[in-house]
Amino acid sequence: MTTPRSNRIAEIFTRHEKPLLVDWLRVQLAARTVRKDLLPEADLRRESVEFLAVLTPACRAGSLTDIATPEWKPVCDFLAGISRSRATQGFSSSETATFVFSLKQPLFARLQEELGADAAALGDEIWTATALLDRLGLYTAEVFQKGRQEVIKRQQLEMLELSTPVVKLWEGILAVPLIGTLDSARTQVVMESLLPSIVATGSSMAIVDITGVPAVDTLVAQHLLKTVAAAKLMGAQCIVSGIRPQIAQTMVHLGVAFGDVVTKASLADALAYAFRQIGCTVIKQAPRT
Amino acid sequence: MDRIPILKVGDFLLVSIQVDMHDRMAMGLQDDLTTQVVKARAKGVLIDISSVEVVDSFIGRMLGNMASMTRALGAEAVVVGMQPAVAITIVELGLSLTNVRTALNVDKGMELLQSLVNPTAEAARHDSHEE
Amino acid sequence: MTPTKSETLPLRSSEDTVRVRQTVRVWMVEQRFSLVDQTKMVTAASELGRNAVDYGGGGSARLELLADSGRTGIRVTFEDQGPGIADIELAMKDGFSTGSGLGLGLGGSKRLANEFDIWSEPGKGTRVTITRWK
Repeated sequence: MTTPRSNRIAEIFTRHEKPLLVDWLRVQLAARTVRKDLLPEADLRRESVEFLAVLTPACRAGSLTDIATPEWKPVCDFLAGISRSRATQGFSSSETATFVFSLKQPLFARLQEELGADAAALGDEIWTATALLDRLGLYTAEVFQKGRQEVIKRQQLEMLELSTPVVKLWEGILAVPLIGTLDSARTQVVMESLLPSIVATGSSMAIVDITGVPAVDTLVAQHLLKTVAAAKLMGAQCIVSGIRPQIAQTMVHLGVAFGDVVTKASLADALAYAFRQIGCTVIKQAPRT
Repeated sequence: MDRIPILKVGDFLLVSIQVDMHDRMAMGLQDDLTTQVVKARAKGVLIDISSVEVVDSFIGRMLGNMASMTRALGAEAVVVGMQPAVAITIVELGLSLTNVRTALNVDKGMELLQSLVNPTAEAARHDSHEE
Repeated sequence: MTPTKSETLPLRSSEDTVRVRQTVRVWMVEQRFSLVDQTKMVTAASELGRNAVDYGGGGSARLELLADSGRTGIRVTFEDQGPGIADIELAMKDGFSTGSGLGLGLGGSKRLANEFDIWSEPGKGTRVTITRWK
């Protein structure tokens, strides 16, 4: 009769919880990656206690090879939590994963004590334990990465918003000078800032200036057309200015059709057009003598 | 069944859609509008959708129909006040409302209707303003 | 991924479609989705709800609030036991329609959502799922 393998590790966590915790903390505090500057010892202690508290029941109830099962949810949630908090505190992803990996040493020491005589069984248990802790440590790193990506995405969005200002050229005429590439994310931002401005200022003319957009291909043209279409539905006319000779050539070669959309080479031309549309005339006065 | 009210403002009819319309209500409005255009001998119709938060393909088609039917009856139609989020969604949906005239708000919509219905009078008004 | 909140609403009439729209809106406002995101999702829900009522002989809409490593999502599944769609690929193309609709419902809804899934079998029914993440 052999004790089912999966219970050994759970047993150790249950029976030796306190000494295991002591050893684990000692290993963590001795490591170069402990970062006492970022995380006080008391907090580290608390997190370690909490981790063992959710780890033990999961080992007893669940499979040791599949951490995606529901029994492991509390453990995964806990690890996701500390991974995110450590990311904001400034830890690197490997420093955070070490929290889990450092548990190996004390665990193996205990396994050695229990199974020292039986090399085969010891080998099995160490393999299971290391595979499990590896998986948990990697999960920590994954969540960390995802968190980082979200921060980057948010910052990119903020940058997009800052770089698409809507300016009022005249009563009833708005302009959006675009600088940089126009992808679908940027187009959304342009539409979401330009269109409400149109309503707020009661402007019936909007000029999107693409002098600062380096390349215009069929996709960029589509994005511009979407913006123009949305403005038209609202009752405003959106025209595009800043079409450089090169862009005009590319567009013709690509077969990009701007259709009914009014396009002008320069912002000045666009402004003149806009004035005419709203019924304004610019009169140059004779110089005073 | 609740119906959407249609107001007579001079030679024009004003429809202001304030509620979340269900389909039968929309069909009812279409019927009412065409009846009223004839009855009131309206020269133009202003449809105010500034309170409408959702325009899907059905509502979009209905707006297009109302504009077409109005024109078929010899009157002009202008849709005003489309919300930005709605405009963005309609474009993404691929709904084409190219045959529908639009304006930013009721004031501008009325101006547009006047100019469509009475082009020479409008031009004269503009000229007199510039003096 | 288990939803953190879920609710199933009937889809038997056009008033039911309005209720589904409004419920989706309320949920998204609670979760602080942007106004444009809300409008897109509510509009897609309106399209698909209408399909279920008008072409599917009625059915139901299941709303679910999702949480996946920190981000929030809303998922709506429209299900009916109607005639089903024989050629899904064709039905997804804009301009296609068997009824008097504009035929934008499916293709359009896909563009308005982050995730789109459709199952249909002639004679059995149709199930369309749309998801939007914050």
